[in-house]
Amino acid sequence: MSPSAVALTITFFIVGVGTAIGFYAGTRHKMTLEQWTVGGRGFGLILMWLLMAGEIYTTFTFLGASGWAYSRGGPALYIIGYQPLAFLVSFFILPAAWESGRKHGLQTQADFFLVRYGSKYLAAFVALLGVICIVPYLQLQLTGLGIIVEVASFGGIGRTPAMICAFTLVAGFVFFSGVRGVAWVSVLKDILLLFAALFVGIALPYIYFGGIGPMFTAVIQAHPNHLMMPGATKNLGHSWYITSVFLTAFGFFMWPQNFGASYSAKSADTLRRNAVVMPLYSITMPLMLFVGLTALMVIPGLSNGDLSLLTLVRKTFPPWFLGLIGGAGALTAMVPSAILILTAATLFAKNICRDVFAPDMTDQGVALLAKAMVLVVTAAALFSAIHSSLSLVSLLLMGYAGVAQFFPGVVLGLFSRRVTLPGVFAGLVTGFAVTVLLMLSGRDPFHGLNAGFLALCINFMMTGIVSYCTPEEPYRLDAAPAGLTHAGNPYAL
Amino acid sequence: MKRPSLGAVLWALIPFAGTCFSVALWDRIDPRIFGLPFSFFWLISWLFLTPLCMWRAYRIETKQDRLQRKDGRG
Repeated sequence: MSPSAVALTITFFIVGVGTAIGFYAGTRHKMTLEQWTVGGRGFGLILMWLLMAGEIYTTFTFLGASGWAYSRGGPALYIIGYQPLAFLVSFFILPAAWESGRKHGLQTQADFFLVRYGSKYLAAFVALLGVICIVPYLQLQLTGLGIIVEVASFGGIGRTPAMICAFTLVAGFVFFSGVRGVAWVSVLKDILLLFAALFVGIALPYIYFGGIGPMFTAVIQAHPNHLMMPGATKNLGHSWYITSVFLTAFGFFMWPQNFGASYSAKSADTLRRNAVVMPLYSITMPLMLFVGLTALMVIPGLSNGDLSLLTLVRKTFPPWFLGLIGGAGALTAMVPSAILILTAATLFAKNICRDVFAPDMTDQGVALLAKAMVLVVTAAALFSAIHSSLSLVSLLLMGYAGVAQFFPGVVLGLFSRRVTLPGVFAGLVTGFAVTVLLMLSGRDPFHGLNAGFLALCINFMMTGIVSYCTPEEPYRLDAAPAGLTHAGNPYAL
Repeated sequence: MKRPSLGAVLWALIPFAGTCFSVALWDRIDPRIFGLPFSFFWLISWLFLTPLCMWRAYRIETKQDRLQRKDGRG
């Protein structure tokens, strides 16, 4: 067998096993809408950990982090900086969000806005913005899958056919398994990823330099400024680091899929304990940075830093090992993709189509429509993946800047009684407008500050000012639950 | 919703100060510790120190919850 055949066979075998686990776990429960989206709200600590890890450790962990260490250097440290802080923020927000979710039967992030602010139009707007931000994140995962197949096939299979292949697989996977199936596939994915990261992160510096310390010495000698911010970039200095860590730490659980995942937990305490231990899981991140730096010394001059990890693995290890790493990488793209698609499809079907256009639709109708939307969402991401050439981290930061704009609406919504519907709406519109304006005109970072962070500050100010200028509203989270899952709920009028 | 207690928030501020705002103090290569540049060593340490701080925050929050529940019954 040729090296590419060996590598690809092993990669596809691992993907096949993962998909089978998902189908099996998914078909064991009757698929109602609630079961499909939030797993019947019965996830304990372990399954919750798996679901969260499934969403957090994505292709980005695998390829993007090493890619940034390779091409940017010092600024990549923000990745180790923000992850523990994101969980720290979740410690304070998710338990309260969960309480409101259980009380009012919420399934999506937009449901929260619907109940808290009592407007189906705000909820639909939030859902729409959420879907728009999910598309680049999904594109990131599909691009990562494409890169894996491209490298594992030694260039034999192009990126576009690889991505189309991945698209079909992921869409089918989501269709049948729902959130519970996805959480179980995380078991296989996380074991493989942990093994791969530990092994590759330690072995590669050891093979080429005799250890991690000597590897750093070599990098410092060859590129004295690479490891300190702004590293190989001009404008990613300390102010960029602080504002980016801030934005991503606060934006992290504003991703509709991460926020929505909290509704799958069994109790608020599960979420708190999860937040305490999760930072330990980030230990794979520095290892990925080590790989990127090793690659910088061993295979300099790659056009795309995101290729560095796999290219170095291919150069160093036998094909079967490349296949193993490729398989682990493919699952780390598929699991988060599945969750992203599931979330976007539910948001679209439930909070946009039903609540705004067809209030009489039954839960079964919504579930059916959501499944149809799976195809639409995946196709949109596939289309933009084929027609764009942004780096993985750039895509991620773009989505983050967008979703972070939900932060004032969520946090003030939970903990403040004075915030009003016009306030949140005004803040959200301004925040998004500023983000889009700065990003599309190529002004990120803006004078050394993360553009999304600036937008978030303006958003907070707008929300505050407009809320104080508008009449007080009732605190609807305290109201008696309206039974959101049934048609004819008063908020959907 | 119940707001988080001040003690828990204060414990949470420690990792924030350690890894975010203080970047200018630790973004350096020397002293190297275990062969790692200082910045890498510093951030990796916080992967372990953050759960410790948050465990303290957790104790404070759960203690408050218990007290409240008792009050509610009494």
